[in-house]
Amino acid sequence: MTWLSIIISGIVTYFSRMAMVALIDREMLGTKVKEVLNYVPAAVFPAIIFPGVFFNDFGLFVEITDPKIYGSIVALVVGFYSRSVIATIVSGLLSYWFIIFLLLK
Amino acid sequence: MLSKSKIFFKGIVAVLPHMLSVIPFGIITGAIGIELGFNPILVYATSLIIFGGASQIIFMQLLSGGASSLVAITSVGVINSRHLLYGAVLSEYLEKLSFIKKLIISYFIVDQGFAESNKYLRQNKNLSNPHYYVLGTGVTLWFCWQLSTISGIILGSFIPEELGLKFAIPLTFLAIIVNDLRKLDHVFVMLVSGFASLILFNAPFKSYIILSPIVALIAAFIMLRLKK
Repeated sequence: MTWLSIIISGIVTYFSRMAMVALIDREMLGTKVKEVLNYVPAAVFPAIIFPGVFFNDFGLFVEITDPKIYGSIVALVVGFYSRSVIATIVSGLLSYWFIIFLLLK
Repeated sequence: MLSKSKIFFKGIVAVLPHMLSVIPFGIITGAIGIELGFNPILVYATSLIIFGGASQIIFMQLLSGGASSLVAITSVGVINSRHLLYGAVLSEYLEKLSFIKKLIISYFIVDQGFAESNKYLRQNKNLSNPHYYVLGTGVTLWFCWQLSTISGIILGSFIPEELGLKFAIPLTFLAIIVNDLRKLDHVFVMLVSGFASLILFNAPFKSYIILSPIVALIAAFIMLRLKK
């Protein structure tokens, strides 16, 4: 039963990856839709970022002083000016670790 | 003109920084599967067959918690439906491929690969063989994902939980969009999506992951209309 669930989940996931690439003709999308598609990264990724920063493991809002919030602010500023993926992630993690291991201990 | 292998290599290099979060996440995913009591082969099968980090964890957590298969499958489908949006964007660069090639490359469409491909290909519209870039990002992420989940399965969670490496996940996505903060229209769409996700977080089947982008894209649509 578990195997069947994995296989069906795999088919469903694969379909979501494949449908727009292989089954839809781009001519079918109007210019307005194509314009809106420019915003896909801006529309998708914050929906992963915000809950990851503002909720804890139990789905409750973190406090405004949570280390994740400070880490994100540092990453945001460093990322904005450096335009580097590595610098963004590393600065976020290091500042987060700095707070939880040095300041809060 | 860039050769196919050079474009492929550029794709590989573009996603390498994201390994900082992908590899720990993969290890955690493998380790969680074992902790939940699943057969190692089964845990690995989720990486091979489903191939989508967050959805694999939710899938195993739901099943081990006694949820029905239908609920588990629905959740995976809902979480992964965002790939429809990635496909719609990438289809611009993949439309000339044969049907078979489209079917193969689709398997490798992943968050970070999509984001980096989209960023690069938008600036290099006249590139011949843009699909090699997509493939370079996707294949790299695929290998690292497979290897890291396998090591999580075998070694368990050897990354101390105190490190809080889960925080690397929002960071990797922040790194993806941080450059677009220079464009006010994008910032507006990001804020709509972010706040929508906080409001919709408890919607069933983790549907905030697809509902928030839909709300944000509708907002983008309205914004574009008002601009004209």
